[in-house]
Amino acid sequence: MDIKSVVKPSVNSNIPQLSPGDTVKVKLRVIDVGKERVQQFQGVILRLRKGVDGGNFTVRRVSYGVGVECTFPLQSPLIQRVEVLKHGKVRRAKLYYIRKLSAKQARLAERQEKIQAP
Amino acid sequence: MVQGIIGKKIGMTQVFLENGEAAAVTAIEAGPCFVTQVKSESKDGYNAIQLGFGKVSHLNSPQSGHLKDMEEVRYLHEFKTDDVSSYQRGQQMDVGFLGKGDLVNVSGFSKGKGFAGVVKRHHFAGGPKTHGQSDRHRAPGSIGATTYPGRVFKGKRMAGHMGARKVTVHNVEVIEADSNRSLLLLKGAVPGANKGLLFIEKVEEV
Repeated sequence: MDIKSVVKPSVNSNIPQLSPGDTVKVKLRVIDVGKERVQQFQGVILRLRKGVDGGNFTVRRVSYGVGVECTFPLQSPLIQRVEVLKHGKVRRAKLYYIRKLSAKQARLAERQEKIQAP
Repeated sequence: MVQGIIGKKIGMTQVFLENGEAAAVTAIEAGPCFVTQVKSESKDGYNAIQLGFGKVSHLNSPQSGHLKDMEEVRYLHEFKTDDVSSYQRGQQMDVGFLGKGDLVNVSGFSKGKGFAGVVKRHHFAGGPKTHGQSDRHRAPGSIGATTYPGRVFKGKRMAGHMGARKVTVHNVEVIEADSNRSLLLLKGAVPGANKGLLFIEKVEEV
């Protein structure tokens, strides 16, 4: 018996179809002591990963000259919304090379066509 | 009341709890089990029920005699209990006695490591890596003094066979128990490889 067929990952339905190179704005519910607020994180999707836990995606942004990466599990119920702001034109699945580029070089050309839903 | 069941490890995954926290969970195919024998104080000297689990393709003659007129099972295991009066041979058992938040003890057979050295088996530090060392990197060092006592003490930790023995983890939290699907999700890891046999017993509340 296979774990994948037994425990189906419950992927958060607030997450649309994503692809590497997309510029996204992730709205995340953050629970502080006794309070709940929404935190935003905007950047480029560096990679999508698959797995028995539904997988995850990593978003990278450069904030005050410092590169910041944040990985969100696709199952996480804390993700309130993911807005796809634009589709980047990229030729590979994992965009690790943009870590070494300066902010100006790391800009990705925009892909015009819509992503087909699976 | 018997609070135990036999299961098979399926594998591990990750689920999210209501509060948004992620939990590593082990999925177990737990049951359905069948009562194959009821042991009583008067007849056997102790009270227990014997449960059977798993499909089997062939039974030898003594086994088929033991399991006559009932479900054929591959594995048998006894669970001790105070009162056996409510059990009958052939009765089916599932994970219905467990609920979310219950604690269980899980026993299984750990993965075999073969003949393992002292670094892996007993967490010895090994020797220095540099300063002219040759083949002392994972050596155990001295195993005792000289003329007195003139022997190696019993129980001295040395290299040898590791793993493939019964291991129990205590107070494992139940995340989900589904008796319709015979599925049990436990928080954290349990002993043994995937498809390994597990014995699950509920921890009695004090």
